Amino acid sequence: MILTRLRGDPGETPGGVGSGDYARNTRKLAAALFVALVLVGVFQAITPGVFRHYFVDVVMTRSLLFGVAAASIVFLSAFGGMISLAQTLMYGVCAFTVGNAVTTGGSKGLNLGWNPWVGVALGIGVTTALGFVMGLIASRSSGLYYLMITLAYGVIGFYFFGQVTVLSGFGGVNQVRAPAFIGEPTDATNPERLFFTVLVVSVVVYLLLRYVSRTPFGLALQGVRDDPVRMNSLGFNVAMHRTWAFTLAAFIASLGGVLYVWEQRAISPTTISLVGILNLLIMAIIGGVLVLEGAWLGAFIYIALENYVRNVVFLNNWIEEARFRTLAGAIVLVLVLACPDGVVGLRKVRGAVTLSLIGAAVWGTVGGLQEGDRGAIAGVIVGAVAGIGAAGLVGWLAGHRDTARGVWSRLLATGRPGQVPARN
Amino acid sequence: MTTVMTGAVNVLLGRRGRHVPWQRAATRLLITAAIVFVLVWIIFLAGNTSNGPAVSAPSDFLKSILNALTISGLYFIVASGFTLVFGLMRTVQMAHGSLFLLAGYFALEYQLDFVGVTATPDRNQVAWADWWLPLVIGVVVVSGLGLFIQQVFLRWNQGQDLRQALITIAISIVLGDQMIQHFGGVAEPITFTHEIHGYVEFIGIRYGIHQFFVIGMALGVGGFLWLLLKKTRTGMVIRAGVDDTPMVQALGINVQKVFAVAFVLGSALAGLGGVIAGSSVTSLSPGVDGQWLLHSLVVVIIGGMGSLGGAAAGSLLYGVVTAFAPAYLPTDYAYYSIIATFVILALVLAMRPYGLFGRPA
Repeated sequence: MILTRLRGDPGETPGGVGSGDYARNTRKLAAALFVALVLVGVFQAITPGVFRHYFVDVVMTRSLLFGVAAASIVFLSAFGGMISLAQTLMYGVCAFTVGNAVTTGGSKGLNLGWNPWVGVALGIGVTTALGFVMGLIASRSSGLYYLMITLAYGVIGFYFFGQVTVLSGFGGVNQVRAPAFIGEPTDATNPERLFFTVLVVSVVVYLLLRYVSRTPFGLALQGVRDDPVRMNSLGFNVAMHRTWAFTLAAFIASLGGVLYVWEQRAISPTTISLVGILNLLIMAIIGGVLVLEGAWLGAFIYIALENYVRNVVFLNNWIEEARFRTLAGAIVLVLVLACPDGVVGLRKVRGAVTLSLIGAAVWGTVGGLQEGDRGAIAGVIVGAVAGIGAAGLVGWLAGHRDTARGVWSRLLATGRPGQVPARN
Repeated sequence: MTTVMTGAVNVLLGRRGRHVPWQRAATRLLITAAIVFVLVWIIFLAGNTSNGPAVSAPSDFLKSILNALTISGLYFIVASGFTLVFGLMRTVQMAHGSLFLLAGYFALEYQLDFVGVTATPDRNQVAWADWWLPLVIGVVVVSGLGLFIQQVFLRWNQGQDLRQALITIAISIVLGDQMIQHFGGVAEPITFTHEIHGYVEFIGIRYGIHQFFVIGMALGVGGFLWLLLKKTRTGMVIRAGVDDTPMVQALGINVQKVFAVAFVLGSALAGLGGVIAGSSVTSLSPGVDGQWLLHSLVVVIIGGMGSLGGAAAGSLLYGVVTAFAPAYLPTDYAYYSIIATFVILALVLAMRPYGLFGRPA
């Protein structure tokens, strides 16, 4: 399997982090789990009627496209040691640019009415350029400063698109056209086309980021992550490495933005509000912010919970529609407290409990969807058992359980300002 | 070909000419030019803006200054709590905005209860105690909540900066969602006690008394914090803790107690800011928490983290920008004023990556 041959994981750094077996093995597991899910989606797409359409059209499509955006967060944190909260803004900027360029009227925005592909090119270009500028401004900061500066970017961007009615206003841009081959959302056969598009983009993004992490630039970036002072002394320009990494992440996020606007056919500032910023971060955290594949897995878990948790009757009575965010917040809290490496880095005991809870939730909801209450209860039991089994598998595969935790603590420890030497 | 590509990569990554004094000089020149241009624009040009040039409309200019001071005062109250917690404990309190909003909501509910109405009361109905008592209740509630958050979630993660930030983010998500459920989505203001209402006239323009009250409160908070930090033993320990926590611990001082005190103080300042801002410049509604988290972030990024003087300078600069941008941008472009926030952030970070008064930790 190709995934097992790819190297360059953050665990393989000198300085007592360890052999990297853990990261590699959990990655294998995460990838296998997710590929299985994607295969279910593909299977459904080519043989309609076995699973519900909804699973592919909404859940898988959205998981993959948010996975692309979340991957840009994971890339920055895993290889650059930077936690960026501006990635939601980046895909928002791209979606707004596409929206303004391609709408023909009847909507807010410039309504330029250009060809969808021109809009896409413009959106990606604008976002990448903005990413360069923003990355440059933040490039001499690191750790918590970086987190705060990028969060400020994100919230400023939200107010920008809310207030500037020429471009959007709080209502947002609607009726965005997608290229002809994706078709209209009303056409029953078309969602699969979007699904396959998103799938292809996801794979390309994944391979691209893996490739970049092994280029000289990627290796130097990991050096910057681990010891900016030493890298600076060795003659590497720390700030420019951060800047270009941020630019690349903006480019990746802009791809997510294009897919998002094709899926939703609309974009509004609400999407990139603080809520949206935190949603994307939640996905990255659930997946474990140090493992690239975790981005898609985290996005899937989040989207699946969001869509299916209401189908479980006893949960639905407890959580009304809007209270889903409380549940999401609680899950993040539990994850960060119990297993800071996300679901791909679960620790043995607490990890098994968490994973079985998640498994119970996902399977229970899917079961509830398909079979009603009885299915839900059966699903919860199956999910819990499967979760414990999977955690055992992780432990068995991992061997070096502390490896990934070591990386995480390193990231946390470097989260202090002052690691970066002031230039000149 | 390879050579060309390698050369290009080297240029892009800045591997050549790392020490370029002219870049720094150019940045300085550019920033100075920008400041001069803004001043000249405000004082002499400023055509087609809502205020007009300061030389021809001095009263509008004064009013903008008063507005700037008011909003700066509020920024300072809120951000000083944020920077205090960060400076001492390296904890980014992402739930700071949630505590701000929660205190406002508590004060609002109790005010409505005390006055005996269900919607915003007429200001003449609001007696002295109908504003001050809810203020105290709001501040006490969020101080308690802050203490709870610190003791239960943050204390045992001390030193793991990023993890603490993620924990407080998760808490802010839960708090924000629960506030929507309990307090609804309708924007509601808190009403000042009737003594604070009213206006004074000066050169034909009316200035709200409440603005002077807010400025006074901010000065009071600043004075209190200065006295606390510089003149008391607790403050001395806090300052020592900012510089070197392990050393303070080694000297036999109970650092955990100091951390708890600082966190409670920070939360109380968020709550105080929430009640005063909710009575003066903003209504309480979902999203206000994020807005004021942004304000705190911008102030401490500009001013430098963990520094009280930095918080004051940052609040002043940011307050001036937020008050002047809409008033002195051409009216057709006034809604671009949010960009001014970004520009000021970019300018400060370009010159000082740690903020005006910040220092590498």
